[in-house]
Amino acid sequence: MSLALFLLYLVLSPLLMGVVNRTKSILAGRRGPPLLQLYADLWRLLRKGSVYSRTTSWVFVAGPVVSLAAAVTAGLFLAFGGLPAPLSFSGDFVLFAALLALARFATVLAALDTGSSFEGMGAAREVTFGSLSEPALFLCLLTVARATGSSSLSGMLGPGLAAAWTLAGPALLLAAIALFVVALAENARIPFDDPNTHLELTMIHEVMVLDHSGPDLALILYGASLKLYLFGALFVRIALGFEVTGVAAAGVLLLGLLAFGVLVGLIESVMARLRMARVPQLLVGASVLSAFGLVLLLR
Amino acid sequence: MPAWSEIVLILVVVIDFVLLASSRLRAVIRGAAMQGALLSLLPLFMAGRAELGHVLLLSLGALLVKGIAIPWLLLWAIREAAIRREVEPLVGFVPSLVLGALGVGLAFALSSAMPLPAPERHGFLVPTSLSTVFTGLLLVVSRRKAVSQVIGFLVLENGVFVFGLLLSDFMPAMVEAGVLLDLFAAVFVMGIVMFDINREFSSLDTEKLSALKD
Repeated sequence: MSLALFLLYLVLSPLLMGVVNRTKSILAGRRGPPLLQLYADLWRLLRKGSVYSRTTSWVFVAGPVVSLAAAVTAGLFLAFGGLPAPLSFSGDFVLFAALLALARFATVLAALDTGSSFEGMGAAREVTFGSLSEPALFLCLLTVARATGSSSLSGMLGPGLAAAWTLAGPALLLAAIALFVVALAENARIPFDDPNTHLELTMIHEVMVLDHSGPDLALILYGASLKLYLFGALFVRIALGFEVTGVAAAGVLLLGLLAFGVLVGLIESVMARLRMARVPQLLVGASVLSAFGLVLLLR
Repeated sequence: MPAWSEIVLILVVVIDFVLLASSRLRAVIRGAAMQGALLSLLPLFMAGRAELGHVLLLSLGALLVKGIAIPWLLLWAIREAAIRREVEPLVGFVPSLVLGALGVGLAFALSSAMPLPAPERHGFLVPTSLSTVFTGLLLVVSRRKAVSQVIGFLVLENGVFVFGLLLSDFMPAMVEAGVLLDLFAAVFVMGIVMFDINREFSSLDTEKLSALKD
């Protein structure tokens, strides 16, 4: 069952991106791209050739591959829907966060490898905001670990979570809210970064992948959708922490992810991107919220 | 119902963080109003053996003064003075948020060591009160605009109110009514002072007061 959920993770993640885009287009009164657009985009890009600048080295080619591999591996540790993950050991949430950091690091290195000052700027922004969102992520995970008394993701998100909700509901709620903010920041969604913009001075994630083309770009787009699904599944499980088993768990997860996608689309439709200087404030706010949750638990 | 009062107290601390991080004065005033209104619920949730009239009086008084009258007065003041945001606080928003978080952590860590005259009715009451007082203090000393400082005073008083709930069984209703009246009078006087600062310097920046010489 958990392997099936992992396969669903690999197959359905572009669809989640489609849900977000569809929500945005409905709210804007547009017809919008079809739900399966990203699959078509990936297929089209995979059949194309790549163009490499003469200044780039193997690091540039390795970037998308490493970041995609890291995202897939991180999925092996996440207990989708609260069912035990395929791989699990005590303290694996640190590895989970490290794999996400590795994905970011590979993308940043590939961006720097192009030698373009423009991509360097995007890389600098990505790292700056990453260094603020990571403590928030760790504090969230620590809060959940403390509440459930388990230090592996399978234990943290497993049956122990339902019991923890009755004992430490407010702390888990704070952690879930902070995690949602982190999910938006990590996936370069709207209050932090506009995924649609191609205006040079404001973008963060998009600017780093400008030089990638063809299959490389396909890997990056797929990796980004995997990351959104990953954070969505983590958020959905922590927010809807009731006890479920078997097929019901998968159903709850998928419905929750649908709601997550709609929520992200809703936020993108009603909010404007924050000014660059305000982004750290929101991320520190998320850290403070989850730290408060932890304080509530440590009492 | 201990669960409800717990949620209210946690929300009060979360609003403390919002107040520290927000630069828009309108949002800050609304936040402080929300905090006051939430606090007015607490006496109802925590009503123990106390008589109902006392509890209702306390709750309604707090709602009227903290949730409606004072925020209305402050909103009027910023409309008159035509200011919308705190531009350059002495301590930036991110540092003050971090300081606030440290204060909350300390409050939660230290409150259990405090010897209290009454048996603790609720575990979160004392730390919430201490952290709200700390937040108010931080707002008063770190902001430049007179309106923000008044809000800081208001938040500080909210913290004192939470602490007072601990003793509400022993405190006669008249004392609490007096405290609320005091608060209202203080904010009223501050409103007039703000109006005068604004007329004299055409800004609400309290830094300008240091230019006064006799």
